[in-house]
Amino acid sequence: MTASMSLDSLTDRDVSAVRRPVRWHIAVFLAPAVLIYTVVMVLPLVETLRLSFFQNIDHHQVFAGLANFRTLLGDERWAYHFWNALGNNTYFFAIHMLVMVPLAVLLAALLSLRRLRGGGFYRTAIFMPTMLSFVIVAFVWRLILSPLWGITPNLLDALGLRSWFAPYLGKEQYALTALGFISVWKELGVPMVLMYAAMLAIPDEILEAAEIDGVVGISQFFKIKLPLLWPTVGVVAILTFVSNFNSFDLIYSEQGVSAGPNYSTDILGTLLYRTFFGAQFQFPDPHMGGTIATMMFLIILAVVCIYLFFIQRKLVRYQL
Amino acid sequence: MKTPMTEARRPAGSTLVAHGILAFFTVLALAPIALIVMNSFKTRQAIFGSPLALPTPETFDLIGFTSVLGGSNFGSYFANSMIVTLVALAGTIVFGAMAAFALSEYRFRFNAVTGLFFTVGLMIPIRLGTVGILRMMMSADLVNTRTALILVYIAQGLPVAIFVLSEFMRTVSMDLKNAGRVDGLSEYEIFVWLVLPLLRPAMVSVAVFTMIPIWNDLWFPLILAPGEQSKTVTLGAQVFIGQYVIDWNSVLAALTLSIIPVLALYLVFSKGLIRGITAGAVK
Repeated sequence: MTASMSLDSLTDRDVSAVRRPVRWHIAVFLAPAVLIYTVVMVLPLVETLRLSFFQNIDHHQVFAGLANFRTLLGDERWAYHFWNALGNNTYFFAIHMLVMVPLAVLLAALLSLRRLRGGGFYRTAIFMPTMLSFVIVAFVWRLILSPLWGITPNLLDALGLRSWFAPYLGKEQYALTALGFISVWKELGVPMVLMYAAMLAIPDEILEAAEIDGVVGISQFFKIKLPLLWPTVGVVAILTFVSNFNSFDLIYSEQGVSAGPNYSTDILGTLLYRTFFGAQFQFPDPHMGGTIATMMFLIILAVVCIYLFFIQRKLVRYQL
Repeated sequence: MKTPMTEARRPAGSTLVAHGILAFFTVLALAPIALIVMNSFKTRQAIFGSPLALPTPETFDLIGFTSVLGGSNFGSYFANSMIVTLVALAGTIVFGAMAAFALSEYRFRFNAVTGLFFTVGLMIPIRLGTVGILRMMMSADLVNTRTALILVYIAQGLPVAIFVLSEFMRTVSMDLKNAGRVDGLSEYEIFVWLVLPLLRPAMVSVAVFTMIPIWNDLWFPLILAPGEQSKTVTLGAQVFIGQYVIDWNSVLAALTLSIIPVLALYLVFSKGLIRGITAGAVK
């Protein structure tokens, strides 16, 4: 009895000796990251969201409820630009999903062929545009597509497709599509490498078993590799969505702040910039800027949540 | 009548097709870059006369480079980009590693909440808070300083750095750290002398893929630091090329000057970079 008592008190004292002192080192380790992240990212984001519920009347900030959102979605002058930008952004994202993702899968499948030599060289080369800034990418392609320089018309001429040429970046009906392809050209590297890594993670035994069963080549790809790749496709899709829905650099560098011709390449990022900072015929408006940023926040948040709670769970992950 | 085995044994044809497709995309990726770099060394007539030809002794001309380097502050833009990128990188790695250590090593009341707090930053881009960031930087009198950019990029890099580094921290042996504690090392000494050295490969990966978006960013330099004193090379190139669209020599030279350092860096780090992307995503 006494022995167990003393044992109890001993462990108690031990536990309290470990727990009682404030473990300052935890606070010290966390402090810089928490401080910078909170002050520079979280609080400004909260402030931006807050601004969207206020208006500036006679230099005074007045609570306006949802009036800014009603203006953005209902007022002709704003609603046209907002829906136009949202539609263009969706189209831009669709180009990435329909062109970039299949290309990334195709290239990764080829790179992971076991008999292929020189895969490292191809991978390094195809990844290279990803390193460049959108500013450089925009001007490189502006020069290449320029009718003045004549690179593209002459190449098409050599292929007998001269009539296909148009000043793509200057025509309303082509500009956004052309920018989508330029963006795919730059962004292809990361999805390709992710898919490649996912394919390398497929154990050899599975592929050998498939070969013994006579499943080789293209049917092996569709029956064995592709089903194992869907989770990676999901990751690429959500990363692409988030980056597309806050992109700005390419459109701004290539088409200018008005996202011309005639706003046909305007996306949410350029609309936010114009609204917040002003442009030709437009005064800077931090409250409407905050409102657009809040809409972007809600769109991204909604899609990320839908992905995490519905889509990601449906993607079958096989235990390899 | 083909059996699968003969198909598997006869790879030459399909490998050739694979090489063909990969080579096509390699050319598509490299040709635009090569075209710009090549033409930046040519005379104006040669740029327009034979754009696809390599520069020859007759067509070789450095006029673009001399006018860019003489007529603009490219040197100081480079210095700004270097300082911003390196300091932001160091801050991201050091503060990220410290936070990752706290989150993966200790159990404390707010551990899960703090982890979740940083996870939000993985999904929500920092750009959405720009309106608030600019207001804060204005009230702190940091507009048009490199400090503003550095702070923003550290905040931007921290969530990913913490996420990836804590995955790696969990693999560091508990016995090693406890042995250190028995030997009387403080928690700080354990972090600096036992954990950090083991984490070096992971930190290199994080560094390389944190660096590229910082170097290439246009949005924050444009908004927070457009002044001549604090301009980065990405913004500098954007402004310069925008002004000189008619002077093809200068435009091509400016593009080449912006491409070359990135390419050099890439060729040095490409292995670590690609490994880093896959490690960060697959984990």
